[in-house]
Amino acid sequence: MADGEILIDVRGVAKHFGEGETRVDALRDVDLQVHAGEVIALLGPSGSGKTTLLNVIGCILAPSAGRVTLDGETVFDGQWLRRDLRRLRLDKIGFIFQTHNLLPFLTAEENVAVVLDLAGWSVEKGRARAGDLLGYLEVDHRAAAKPALLSGGEAQRVAIARALANRPRIILADEPTAALDSKRAGLVMDLLRKLAAEQEACIVTVTHDEKIFDRFDRLIHLRDGRLADA
Amino acid sequence: MNLALKDIRHGLFRFVLTCFGLGLLMTVVLSMIGIYNGLVADALAVVKAPAADVWVVESGTKGPFAEASNIPLTTRDAVSRMPGVAEAGAINFQNIEASHAGASLRLYVIGYEPGHPGGPQSIVEGRGIGTSHFELVADRKTGLLTGETIRLGRNRFTVVGLVEGAMNAGGDPAVYITLSDAMALQTELDPAAQRVQAARGAVSVKSASVAAVIARVAPGADVELLTATVRQWKHLAALTQAEQEEILVSSVVDLARRQIGLFLAILLSVSAVVIALIIYTMTMEKLKQIATLKLIGAPDRTIIGLIVQQALILGASGWGIGLVLILTVKDYFPRRVVLEPFNVMMLAGIIFAVCIAASGLGVRAAMKVDPATALGS
Ligand SMILES: Nc1ncnc2c1ncn2[C@@H]1O[C@H](COP(=O)(O)OP(=O)(O)OP(=O)(O)O)[C@@H](O)[C@H]1O
Ligand SMILES: [Mg+2]
Repeated sequence: MADGEILIDVRGVAKHFGEGETRVDALRDVDLQVHAGEVIALLGPSGSGKTTLLNVIGCILAPSAGRVTLDGETVFDGQWLRRDLRRLRLDKIGFIFQTHNLLPFLTAEENVAVVLDLAGWSVEKGRARAGDLLGYLEVDHRAAAKPALLSGGEAQRVAIARALANRPRIILADEPTAALDSKRAGLVMDLLRKLAAEQEACIVTVTHDEKIFDRFDRLIHLRDGRLADA
Repeated sequence: MNLALKDIRHGLFRFVLTCFGLGLLMTVVLSMIGIYNGLVADALAVVKAPAADVWVVESGTKGPFAEASNIPLTTRDAVSRMPGVAEAGAINFQNIEASHAGASLRLYVIGYEPGHPGGPQSIVEGRGIGTSHFELVADRKTGLLTGETIRLGRNRFTVVGLVEGAMNAGGDPAVYITLSDAMALQTELDPAAQRVQAARGAVSVKSASVAAVIARVAPGADVELLTATVRQWKHLAALTQAEQEEILVSSVVDLARRQIGLFLAILLSVSAVVIALIIYTMTMEKLKQIATLKLIGAPDRTIIGLIVQQALILGASGWGIGLVLILTVKDYFPRRVVLEPFNVMMLAGIIFAVCIAASGLGVRAAMKVDPATALGS
């Protein structure tokens, strides 16, 4: 599946926090390319820089050095080349967090539709797409429920629907299955694979979950901020 | 999708409670404003009631309200004959403690000459004074009813009519009686005291006099000229209606007015701080959700809209609840509470400014929040 166009191109990226004695090198000289349709896993011990790398790709953290190109557009090269990073995220990137981070005051359906609302969709179209996605993820029966009333697995699937709503081509997930039992975790991964194939998107997932390793096209190992080949 | 409204609906009970609390605070602010206005309006009521143009009082005094003033009754004739005077009437004022229905009742007794200026403005119940003796017209706040009788001094008076809004600067409700009754009341003592005085050989304890003569000028007549003329008489002084009102506000109720005014200023500052704190805290509690919104790509205007709209809804409901409450309870205050539309709108303006300023603080914090904080578990 590594034959699609390159959606994520990270070159020579380094990231350190703090200076002097407190300096932490979270990423050192990382090179990574991810193609359309690819589903890859980021592995590594705690503190190895997985979340940091994901945040750099998601344009949440500015790298200390290097270049980041997303979907053909170079967004960082020593500095941000784009001003409206939020619009970039809205259009191109879907996030799935470990803790689902749904907005507590919106229903499941509204949590998905809000992304489309922000992207300028009409209310009816947004609702329709949100409903479709929830149906697809088999949580449409909970569409009117607030997040507090959803089970962990339901909430996670709503969060996935939200990440996918605006058809982003880059989906970033930080331990998306940590809150799920292994059967559900497998189902979620299968689903993400299917979506990646259908939408010609790529998925980068941080995981510790060995039971789902076989669902990935590639496993990338990080150690002390460096990529180590599997 | 209006996030501000959805968030409010999500925590509706708490939001309503907050609005209600703020509303109560606004009720206090509005009643303080009303009490302040009421104090001034009450003080002026007694001056405004006779609808006079000129007050003729004892020379060297600022009477009859700020200082005691005694002038002979004959002054009225003299004044009414002056050029430019349409009509004139003598009046006097006294505070007495009467007893009614087993309780003591403080009354402000206004004596006037029927058929001359100085009497009650408009009778809301019953009739005006018809005979020259022992009838009175009372302010409704005295609690007296038409047909009742009450003892003032040595005589029983029958309540023949009721008026509203007649009182002195201290808020004691007024009763109107004829000037002759009032002068008799002024000089008489109860029989026992009088016998003691007589035994001591005292001839007259007090002499009756009137406090002021009020004059209404003819259309087109020069008020300044009239007051200047009156001042030529050595034993008299003259004040225009405007001067009389000014004296009342700047001397008689000045301390009370400043006292309430300062309290009102403190109250307004406290309210501003409370509103600002509520709004700021409301935003701080939402920082993580704001980070999530940033993460999924919400622009600044969505986030600013969320904060500012909630602040304004809170401020507006607090103001509205406060207004409804004060309008409901204002008539139960023992003294008048006067709210002008201008005051109410000014408070709305202040609340609006405070809400905007406070949401500015919240917005600043929200703008600073890093979308990455949404990721931290
Ligand atoms: N904002 C920050 N300030 C300072 N140091 C940070 C910051 N974020 C991360 N670090 C440090 O960078 C290193 C990499 O952190 P990162 O969160 O990427 O690790 P991780 O691989 O995601 O770990 P885990 O598996 O525990 O989530 C760690 O040593 C961490 O302490
Ligand atoms: Mg991590």
